Amino acid sequence: MEFHVNDPILFVLAGVIILAVLAQSVYFLVKAWRRAAAIGMDMGKLRRIAGTAAVFTIAPAVAIVISVITLAKDLGVPLPWLRLSVVGSMSYETIAATNAESAMGLTFGQVTSLTAQQYVTIVCVMTVSIMVGIWLVPLIGKKLQNGLISLENRDKKWSDIFSNAMFIGMISAFLGYVFCDFSTVFSGDTSGLIPPLVMLVSALMMAVSGLAVKKLKWRWISDYALPISLIAGMASAIPITALLG
Amino acid sequence: MNKNPSYMDCVHRDGRIWNLSMMVLLFLFPIAVAVIYQAAPDWHGLLMGMIATAPMYWAVGVVETFTYVPMLGAGGSYLSFVTGNISNLKLPVALNALEQADVKINSEEGEIISTVAIAVSSIVTTLIILLGVLLITPLTPVLNAPVLEPAFAQILPALFGGLGVVFISKNWKIAVAPILLMLVLFIAVPALNAGTVGIMVPVGVLFTLAVSRILYKKNML
Repeated sequence: MEFHVNDPILFVLAGVIILAVLAQSVYFLVKAWRRAAAIGMDMGKLRRIAGTAAVFTIAPAVAIVISVITLAKDLGVPLPWLRLSVVGSMSYETIAATNAESAMGLTFGQVTSLTAQQYVTIVCVMTVSIMVGIWLVPLIGKKLQNGLISLENRDKKWSDIFSNAMFIGMISAFLGYVFCDFSTVFSGDTSGLIPPLVMLVSALMMAVSGLAVKKLKWRWISDYALPISLIAGMASAIPITALLG
Repeated sequence: MNKNPSYMDCVHRDGRIWNLSMMVLLFLFPIAVAVIYQAAPDWHGLLMGMIATAPMYWAVGVVETFTYVPMLGAGGSYLSFVTGNISNLKLPVALNALEQADVKINSEEGEIISTVAIAVSSIVTTLIILLGVLLITPLTPVLNAPVLEPAFAQILPALFGGLGVVFISKNWKIAVAPILLMLVLFIAVPALNAGTVGIMVPVGVLFTLAVSRILYKKNML
């Protein structure tokens, strides 16, 4: 059979796997929802939380669509569609595809056509290199969770601090990352200021939302404060980049 | 065998079945392509591509599992490690949901809230990508428009600015030291960038846990 990166068969194969991923999400959603009802949780609150999660997801998901378009230039549409709907991330898939292509003497972004052999090689590299989490969570997930529960039973205050410390540790790494190009400022390149300024706009928007909830009692804002600050930060990147980029 | 498994036991049992099945399904894609088009991989290219990619991402995968599972909860972890985009989407969604509900991840309510938020986020992401694929021809010039490029290039700063305010304002005593450490490291070490931030997450987590433990033992928290 003649191979093409946009062959309908590839769309079908990718579609079947994505459907299974979608089914897993729906399964866990229904299971958690039923449990919430069974233990008497506030279902109105749960609906609001689900709504916020959906709204918040839109902008990052559109960014993922842009990555699909970028990768599709080399790999066709079905493979990036599959890869970015499962397991990996925007940065990982690009790095894996670039490494696989250069291992075969190709240059990422300049590929005009792929043979079936090259395609299979790229898919194998992209698939195998990111598989650890999928099998490791089933292997150790329960033990990790039990460890946390036993910590909670031994010392509740430390257990709360422990979970806050994990979140703060993760956030601090990303705050540091925002400043990774900052040193370019010392050599006269102001583009390194763009990410910190975007972060500042987003942070200010979140602080203003918090004040609106506290002082004006606009409680509805608290549900959408994070999506609002995300969009405000992204929108501010356009004039900030025009000024400093 | 326990005849009346708890909710958590069921989540782990179902999660294991789902994740291992998904792993098999994902491996079937390259196998199916190879069989249908009768094309074996380029073994040399595969080996070199794997050497350049796998060791780092296998190591990151192990570290991410230990780091993210306690933050995502059980159901959220099984889902997130299949659907991907954890640090830039699933984890912020879960954190925001837990904050919104004012519950801890190690409670049953927290487990449910995190699972619901991550499942909804995964479904919405899948549907938006599907829409993007269906409309790829008309959407490409719009989404690739130079005017929008800076907005999508700055998603992480825009995301962690808002999230940072919420968590740092509530935990400023334990946040000062790790933030200073990460600022110094990311500004001073050129090798630290978008590609290596994932490796720095566990470093930040371990450092924050150590600082928090010291502060806790000295009754400063």
